Amino acid sequence: MNALITISLLAILILYLGLFKAKRALLPVTLLGLTGAFVLTVIEWNSYAQPIFNNMMQFDRFAVVFSGITILTTVLVLILSKDYFERISANVAEYYALILFSLAGIIIMVSYHNLSMLFIGIEIMSVSLYILAGIKKRDFSSNEAALKYFLMGAFSTGFLLFGTALIYGATGSFDLAEIREYLVSSTKSSPLLYSGIILLIVGLCFKVGAAPFHFWTPDVYEGSPSLITAYMSTVVKTAGFAAFLRIMLYCFAPKQEFWIPMIVAIAALSLLIGNVTAVYQQHFKRMLAYSSISHAGYMLFGLIALNASSVNALFVYAAAYSVASVIAFAALILLQRQTGNDSFDSFNGIARKNPFLAFTLTIAMLSLAGIPLTAGFVGKFMMFSRTLSAYHTILVVFAVINAVIGIFYYFRVIISMYFKPEERAELTVPTGFKIVLAFSALATVVLGIYPEFIASLI
Amino acid sequence: MEILLLIFLPLVGAVIASLSGKSQGVKTLAFIWSLLSLGLSAYLLSVFNPNSPEPQFTYDYPWFLYSGIRFQAGIDGISMLMVLLTNGLIPLIILSSFKHHYRNPGAFYALILFMQSGLLLVFTALDGFLFYIGWEAALIPIYFICGIWGGENRIRVNLKFFIYTIFGSLIMLLGIIYMASHTPDGTFSIQSFYKVTLDPATQGWVFWAFFLAFAVKMPVFPFHTWQPDTYTEAPTAGSMLLAGVMLKMGIYGAIRWLIPVAPLGFAEWGPVALLLSITGIVYASIIAFKQKDIKRLIAYSSIAHVGLIAAGVFVWNVKGLQGAMIQMLNHGVNVFGLFFVADILIRRMETRDTDKMGGIAAVAPTFAVAFLVILLGTIALPLTNGFIGEFLLLMGLYNYNLWASVIAGLTIIFGAVYMLRMYQRTMLGNTNEGTLNFKEIDGTEKLVLGIVCLLIIVIGVYPNPILHISEATVKSLVEMVDGRIQGISTTF
Repeated sequence: MNALITISLLAILILYLGLFKAKRALLPVTLLGLTGAFVLTVIEWNSYAQPIFNNMMQFDRFAVVFSGITILTTVLVLILSKDYFERISANVAEYYALILFSLAGIIIMVSYHNLSMLFIGIEIMSVSLYILAGIKKRDFSSNEAALKYFLMGAFSTGFLLFGTALIYGATGSFDLAEIREYLVSSTKSSPLLYSGIILLIVGLCFKVGAAPFHFWTPDVYEGSPSLITAYMSTVVKTAGFAAFLRIMLYCFAPKQEFWIPMIVAIAALSLLIGNVTAVYQQHFKRMLAYSSISHAGYMLFGLIALNASSVNALFVYAAAYSVASVIAFAALILLQRQTGNDSFDSFNGIARKNPFLAFTLTIAMLSLAGIPLTAGFVGKFMMFSRTLSAYHTILVVFAVINAVIGIFYYFRVIISMYFKPEERAELTVPTGFKIVLAFSALATVVLGIYPEFIASLI
Repeated sequence: MEILLLIFLPLVGAVIASLSGKSQGVKTLAFIWSLLSLGLSAYLLSVFNPNSPEPQFTYDYPWFLYSGIRFQAGIDGISMLMVLLTNGLIPLIILSSFKHHYRNPGAFYALILFMQSGLLLVFTALDGFLFYIGWEAALIPIYFICGIWGGENRIRVNLKFFIYTIFGSLIMLLGIIYMASHTPDGTFSIQSFYKVTLDPATQGWVFWAFFLAFAVKMPVFPFHTWQPDTYTEAPTAGSMLLAGVMLKMGIYGAIRWLIPVAPLGFAEWGPVALLLSITGIVYASIIAFKQKDIKRLIAYSSIAHVGLIAAGVFVWNVKGLQGAMIQMLNHGVNVFGLFFVADILIRRMETRDTDKMGGIAAVAPTFAVAFLVILLGTIALPLTNGFIGEFLLLMGLYNYNLWASVIAGLTIIFGAVYMLRMYQRTMLGNTNEGTLNFKEIDGTEKLVLGIVCLLIIVIGVYPNPILHISEATVKSLVEMVDGRIQGISTTF
């Protein structure tokens, strides 16, 4: 709870710092503030069991762990941002403030206890992101990304809002607990409610970029500045799924036989489309964009295996995916900045010149591909085992086939770096990047070997 | 506690080797380190009680609480032989690569030692999840070894190899998860797996899920297509690791994780698996006749020999299994020897084509004698190690079905033909310009070939101590599975 207040105040403070031209202080203050917010979040672990603020929010363990992971990932992304915004614009403070505002929205998204708060959280996050996607004002693709993201986002918010309204019409409440009570007690099935659930799912699937509502993702991810893409594909995605799981688990679980088949279809479609299209990409960034669709498919498994431990599975998966993606995007930013190119061929020979970068990126790719001894494997393992015990055997077999397809494109990076020796210039890796790479790689391996200590948090 | 040391000692060596970077001295370090592992397994062997079928030196630690996954490992008779094979071959493999100057040797030897840890984990794991982790941990290093230091076509070939194996493993992972979700106590422990009673149809699915992974690894026909390419393109140490140790993971898996886990599935589908194994023997032998590439020839001969071992496993009787156990060891030694001989030839002649060789026996007699001993071991001449293994395997097959043993027995004749032809082409006949100045083996080459020849003859003459190690475990495993097939069949 205090984390939300801290982050909101921090964003305003950053705006003031920008006003007084204290450019050098921006990043340190932001990082310091976020660390503070992280500590405040961790302290609140297990302290609120009941909803607060007139039942608007509930800072339970679920909210705490997802706030924790989103704040931590934001810190990692922001460390990469040193000297990044300066190259784009003179008004750096705005960008830090916008990221912080969207993070505030995210904290609301993972801790809401009322559908109106879900809407407010999503909007606070999205509006900041629309601007962030377009921060390269003179860049055509950045403009395109921002416009596309805005149009699609507004569209999906419409669905979400409409669904919420129908649910309110059917149940007479926005409050999660009351809706659930209504669903448990009432036996009659109302078409109003079912349409509401469908529209809500559609709206949320837009937000998390699951197929067939994924069309905006590749273009927006590619057009946005890489740092913003990193933020979108890690923090925002995690938050979207947390919000999704929260409402489905706490609210609509009694009606699961109605909506789970839908999610199964969406998950299968996301896996297929994401993986198959990713295989055909020639550029690293676009590959990551498509692969993020397939990861959305895997994360939807958490909803399909709906029970208390699916929160666990989603948390571990999201954490694994986030840290691995941070490494991938860090490498992408370095590569784009120094060679101006991000095709797979531009990775050739990195292993010899930058062994450390190559090693960490390899760990990230192995983790994203779900190879054992990395966090990504543990995440997939948990997802698969939960879903298998919910008797969706065919879906899991399908997912396994997709995991094999995933190897094709993730291993292209490894193959380029290690197996294709080529003379090239060494990339300079700034200290901040080194810290982020080392931390993320270490976290990936530690989670892969001993997942117990974060899996038992919930 | 010893078991932890056994598994993680090579891993520590890998870390040290990877830090030592680019100096060629890392070879010696890796060699000494692998001798430490060998010493440790010799110590374990000396205190091992072969009369008990139970796993010994067990270690059990709750690793991943809420899923019922434990770090559970131990060594019984079957594991003991595999541990000996792994820890015995790795020093030889490292020693045999002394003459190569691999680029970035620190990484090379670190990967070999890393793989050793993975292999030992596979052979000692008593928990399904742990077994899977070891299974993949052995795969990653060999992928990099073949990818970085392999031949020209390494990238394409290596990707195929990786995709094949990972697909098999992931399907096996599903089988493991499925079994674990049906165990009485919800754990991944192998003892709990053995207690699960599923209906025959489901067991059939489980059988195929596991079989796929093991069949790709061995490889059994028709899942073998990755193998000849990969063996050919891999650096010699990689081929040795793949053929000498890694394919035994598949056979070992079939013995411990496939048949006892899904006995009714095995009762139903075992004959199909047997048929595939025997088909592989004949098929690979026929292709081997045609090979002129020495590495490819060894690759195909390996498919044939492994097919026989697999057949011995799938008939599931004590003779066949005992034959499989000792033959795994023998095949490891022999195929290592063959690849080393091939490596010496390729390094000196700079070609893999046997047509360009000939008459080497005249210029390098010691080498020719060593090659001959290895060859005779491979084609199972009495008093060499191959004989006792193939004899037991064929006995096992004979007890199961006469025709199975007859067709599988062809492997000996076929093997003799293509192997002797290879010998004739390379060693006998007239010398040519290329072979005239063939250098006689020296130093480490002599040492390695000497050890291999010694092993071939010693095991061939006196195999009993080795058979004794696995006997009790094999017997109790066969009884257990037979009992379960009887027991469950009556309930359904």
